[in-house]
Amino acid sequence: MSNVATDKMTDAADDAFARGQPSTYQLPSWLPWLLGRLASGLGVVIVISFIVFGATQALPSDPARIILGPEASEQAINVLRQQLGLDQPIYTQYVAWLGEITSGNLGRSIDSNVDVSSIIHARFANSLALTLTVSLFAIPLAIVSGIFLALRRDSKVDQLAISTIVLFKAVPGFVLAILLVMLFSTSVFQVLPAASLLDPSKPALAQFTYLILPTLTLALSVVPYLLRLVRASMIEAMESDYVIAARLRGVPEHNVIWRHALPNALIPAIQGIAMTFRFLFSGVVLVEVVFSYPGIGNTLNAAIEMRDLPMIQAIVLAITLGVVLINLAADLITLLLTPRLRTASKRKLKKKRAEKRFNKASRSAA
Amino acid sequence: MSSGFKAKSVSEQFATAWRSKQVRLGFTMTLVALVVALLGPYFAPHAPTDLVGTAYGKPNGDAWLGYDLLGRDVLSRILAGGQSVVWMSISASLIAIVIGSALGVAAAYLRRKTDQFILWVTDVFIAFPDLILVLLIVSLLGREHWLIVLTVAIAFVPGVIRLSRSIALGVVTQEFIEAAEMMGYSRTQILFKEIIPNILTPLLVHLGIMLTWAVGMLSGLAFLGYGVAPPTADWGLMINENRAGLLIQPIAVFAPVVLIAIFSLGTNLLAEGVGRVTARIEER
Repeated sequence: MSNVATDKMTDAADDAFARGQPSTYQLPSWLPWLLGRLASGLGVVIVISFIVFGATQALPSDPARIILGPEASEQAINVLRQQLGLDQPIYTQYVAWLGEITSGNLGRSIDSNVDVSSIIHARFANSLALTLTVSLFAIPLAIVSGIFLALRRDSKVDQLAISTIVLFKAVPGFVLAILLVMLFSTSVFQVLPAASLLDPSKPALAQFTYLILPTLTLALSVVPYLLRLVRASMIEAMESDYVIAARLRGVPEHNVIWRHALPNALIPAIQGIAMTFRFLFSGVVLVEVVFSYPGIGNTLNAAIEMRDLPMIQAIVLAITLGVVLINLAADLITLLLTPRLRTASKRKLKKKRAEKRFNKASRSAA
Repeated sequence: MSSGFKAKSVSEQFATAWRSKQVRLGFTMTLVALVVALLGPYFAPHAPTDLVGTAYGKPNGDAWLGYDLLGRDVLSRILAGGQSVVWMSISASLIAIVIGSALGVAAAYLRRKTDQFILWVTDVFIAFPDLILVLLIVSLLGREHWLIVLTVAIAFVPGVIRLSRSIALGVVTQEFIEAAEMMGYSRTQILFKEIIPNILTPLLVHLGIMLTWAVGMLSGLAFLGYGVAPPTADWGLMINENRAGLLIQPIAVFAPVVLIAIFSLGTNLLAEGVGRVTARIEER
């Protein structure tokens, strides 16, 4: 709540709204920032690959013995270890593994001896269908109702909504899933399928009845976070100096809301959306298991039970890579949409301010 | 943000918080779950692993909540099955808050290279969605309870680091820290006498919120089968065990679901209620 920051924000907002953008084109000043951010993102990915590879190597049990079973002879195990490359030094194994992964060869599943990518492909498509349905439904809902509630702050509707969504925020996703199954499938209404037994020959989106309950569960557990973030940041924007300044200049109220407050209030929401995807990737594992949904979460759970190394590595890497990319995109979009970040000269200043705003909004949301 | 100087003491802030209806409701719900979990085992009518009835048997005078998939008494298993999730979630949150705030405050106070390094490490860990990280570690290293507690704590640490660092940065740059430095206090003295008292309340609130997450994650892990081993009673495990009988004996699933929900909702209401009240005090 420093006045200096809000003053600058006022200037920036006024500049952007009153004069529009400068017409001459220059090399964007945020380019070095982008390159630095890409480099650090790449660093994160490399470290993650170390962790994923190292963690799976630290397995207490020998994959060769798992494949051949406890009765296999020592000789057969040694031959298989050679075939799998398990007798090589660890860094050779890492380099070989990384080379294979980057060329798109994810290896064979130890459990079923089928190409990992061929299994994962379909499962990823299913999970993606689920995640996209959830986000297309939950993100607009959270943003619109967050703004709606912020404009009716402390009214009866606002108080009721805020106290109701705590229920969905606090109760774990899989518990919510079971409650919904009891409500809609087994006990009260019996209208929706309790298990998502998708027909693999058709795309998941074409079998929508199976998607309803998993979507509802995930949406209910991610909406509260984003809604409260948007609500808090909209309330802050409506109380900011630049909104007061706009009102004093006689700008009509709907313009104040839609053109001055809203664009600024939505910027923290971008980081919030990135966070929502992170929640979704975690939540999807449990929810898929509850509904027996044939997605990546269920596959990961089965792979862990079977200690299926290549499968675990591929899935965890893909998910973390997804999170890194989403965070990168969110940072970039935040930068491009914030005039004072886009034009500021010092790189560090930009990141710090963006972080500060997000932290502030999420703290007041909590 | 804290305005620095002597904020109200932690106990005073919590006394004020007690006047809020939400805080009292949250406290009561948490207490109910804790009492069931911790005192329950002493009141269980049967041993939680004894087969005393028919599989998925309906509730009757002897077993108020009916029987589970093997014919064990659901009520006894409910009373016996709360301990692990309670002590595991509390210890995981405590470990996370201690490690995380130590690193966060160190980053804020020491600045420069230490700060950058700690932040970069949190960036790496934040790229793992928390449940995936825990599943990865637990599946590879084993299912011992202390290991699960430790991995859940590790998954929470980056969040605590970010939070405590940003709060501590607000305190470290205040004049009273500079004054204390000039008066010749050692870094340790400044840390314990000036910085920590000023960041304690928001950290305690975060501890409560983490407790909610830990309950969700640990009961979820138990549900997936990475917790207490099967014959032992556990709320999360009970949900999974009795899922197949949802149509015949829904109470066997509903009872543990309700208790997990009460516990996580209670801790969340309590923590957020206290957070809201203390934030209001500091704004004054």
